[in-house]
Amino acid sequence: MRALLFVAMFVLTTSAVAQSPQAVNTAAILAERPPQILAEYRFFRDAGARAPNARVTPYDLNTALYSDGALKFRYVYIPPGQTARYDAEGVFEFPVGTVLIKTFAFAADMRTPGENVRFLETRLLIRRTDGWIALPYVWNEAQTEARLSPIGADIPVSFTDENGAAVAFDWAVPNRNQCKGCHDRAGDLVPIGPSARNLNRSAYYAYAEPLPALHGMTAQGVWRNQLAEWIDRGLLDQAPADAPRVASAYDTVDTVEQRARAYLDVNCAHCHNPEGPAHTSGLDLRWSQHEPVQWGVLKRPVAAGRGSAGYEFAIEPGHPERSILLYRMESTDPGVMMPELGRQRVDARGVALIRAWIAEMDEGAN
Amino acid sequence: MRVIAAAAAVLIMVGVADARTWRVRPGPEAEQELQTALIEARPGDTVQLGRGRIELTSGLSLDVDRVTIRGEGHDETILSFSNQRRGAEGLLVTSNGVTLRDFAVENARGDGIKARDCQGITFRRVRAEWTNGPDSNNGAYGLYPVNCSDVLIVDSIARGASDAGIYVGQSRNIIVRNNLAEFNVAGIEIENSYNADVFGNTARFNTGGVLVFDLPDLPQMGGHSVRVFENTISGNNTANFAPAGNIVASVPAGTGVLIMANRDVHVFDNEIGENGTANVIVTSYRAEFQDARYNPLPRNIMIRDNRFGNAGFSPTGDIAALAQAGVPMPDVLWDGATLYSVGGTPRNEQVRIVVQDNRSTRTGTASFLSLGLTVAGSPYTEAAPDPTFPPLMALAEPERVEIDD
Repeated sequence: MRALLFVAMFVLTTSAVAQSPQAVNTAAILAERPPQILAEYRFFRDAGARAPNARVTPYDLNTALYSDGALKFRYVYIPPGQTARYDAEGVFEFPVGTVLIKTFAFAADMRTPGENVRFLETRLLIRRTDGWIALPYVWNEAQTEARLSPIGADIPVSFTDENGAAVAFDWAVPNRNQCKGCHDRAGDLVPIGPSARNLNRSAYYAYAEPLPALHGMTAQGVWRNQLAEWIDRGLLDQAPADAPRVASAYDTVDTVEQRARAYLDVNCAHCHNPEGPAHTSGLDLRWSQHEPVQWGVLKRPVAAGRGSAGYEFAIEPGHPERSILLYRMESTDPGVMMPELGRQRVDARGVALIRAWIAEMDEGAN
Repeated sequence: MRVIAAAAAVLIMVGVADARTWRVRPGPEAEQELQTALIEARPGDTVQLGRGRIELTSGLSLDVDRVTIRGEGHDETILSFSNQRRGAEGLLVTSNGVTLRDFAVENARGDGIKARDCQGITFRRVRAEWTNGPDSNNGAYGLYPVNCSDVLIVDSIARGASDAGIYVGQSRNIIVRNNLAEFNVAGIEIENSYNADVFGNTARFNTGGVLVFDLPDLPQMGGHSVRVFENTISGNNTANFAPAGNIVASVPAGTGVLIMANRDVHVFDNEIGENGTANVIVTSYRAEFQDARYNPLPRNIMIRDNRFGNAGFSPTGDIAALAQAGVPMPDVLWDGATLYSVGGTPRNEQVRIVVQDNRSTRTGTASFLSLGLTVAGSPYTEAAPDPTFPPLMALAEPERVEIDD
């Protein structure tokens, strides 16, 4: 819980007052051969990528993809004079030259997530004229440089988790094909996170001067709706007052069902949608799907193999202990687990949420 | 930090017409070299795998059109996934016009080779195997094209899959020819697919030899136009080792051919024998379903000119109880369903099942039995067995499938 709070707070420390001596390197963004070193883009004013440059705007999501519990620092860069186009349903239409920047990190002790934060990789999604490309940059031990690693990498990580337990595993930096394994819509690579419903939330925008060397909390700032802030900053063309909003999976303001559907939408629906990599399963876990059998209720497995665990249905109402969907969330076996990539640990909070949701379903429901 | 090196270790040779050959030999760098080649390849390139065993810790993937991956033979070049830690299949192909030939994929944690959303995919002399024999911990599918068109699977081998050795799902225009499928739950399975020719194959020692299925709640349904001919389908008596919940977990051990909820399926000129439950079973989909688009009945099924060996000598599954009650197990068994209901509304269907000119080494003329269940999904306790052959009638044979070979 503290980790979440931390992320929500820090992400919004912003560079509104930044007077960068050098703007973002737009030539690097659109270069045929991408820079080997992350710093060449000048998204950040420091080599360690802690202080974002002008027009590099941090953002946060109502519900975020679970990635082995890593901290994630997200920024969007949109070229000056251009804006993203609002879309009520999907991800915004971003102009050529847009970059979505996401850094994955762990704190040495995740109970104090603001201290001893080690960056592992910074992934860029760049909107070029012929579509999006994904580029992973891997940080060195000294945290002074991130280098392009297009075919992936394994990075040994060890830290103390939220419960005080020691954790060690190899963090997997995806290769280009693995990126597309999630970011695939009918064969094209696309972003997943920045949709209206997932950005539609309050965020804390700090206006401290000078900016802290490391992301930190500050008392000087304002809480603002992210969509409104993006419009004011010229990042987004417009948004209606009643823009959709997806629940925050771990914020108990919303119902368990709303939170569970949000969780599945963010963590699963990038594959499990009619145009995604898992479309052949017939399981559609989008937030907008309203047919219970389509999102798993009393739906029989097709190609689950060992992933079925011997159970009959993806979701058996009232019976999380006999629901394939939960079983696959709880596994770390590559032949069983879901999602197939990008996770090596079990998301205990996500599992608890989905378990509670299936348990509260009426057994006679469909 | 073990950042994977760039493509430096991979030899690049300029070949004809600007196509390149990427050579990958077994060794400590082979995994990185191979995945690099699969990413950096351009359309038309060949990735040549050397002789020996290449150990993989992560699933491989290919997303470039018209690439050929070839080895030195399926016993000589082996991609071994015994130490796989990541990825849901051994090799995933998501591009068009890809050819896979002359190598093996062993012991993948999930499926062996999956090809998804491909226009044109060829498996030639490829082997997918779990080397410890039948085991419910084995991966589900061996050779697994899904939502593909122009699928060619020839001279290949699949062993030990805990679902289907060769599984073609939700695809169109399919040739499965001269393959060997053994010790799988299902040897060869054609599911929710259109226009398939399955011929010249040997399906033996599986739980079920050749399955032609259609299932509800999937993007592509209404499987049709499948020809199963000139195959040897024998000794499929391996105890069912599929994880429960999977549809094939309900296949009774001892099944030669199983046709379920499909139309225009012709089974002819096969050698089918030594299958302990029945040589051919024709059945409706028996589980409940909500999908109003789905038809659970088999329709327009032709079983002709097959040569049947012994069958029914050790029936398993729900049918075993009938045998114990004295019902003789036939060569061809049909559940008899001509009615089904969707959301309580009954529907009936002209179900044409034709069984003609089959010969039996046991009895001369092949035997037939309808369980007389009438309504799809009725319990077997309501069976009213009837050995009367259904009437003969002409059924149009599906057209030959043509794919550039």
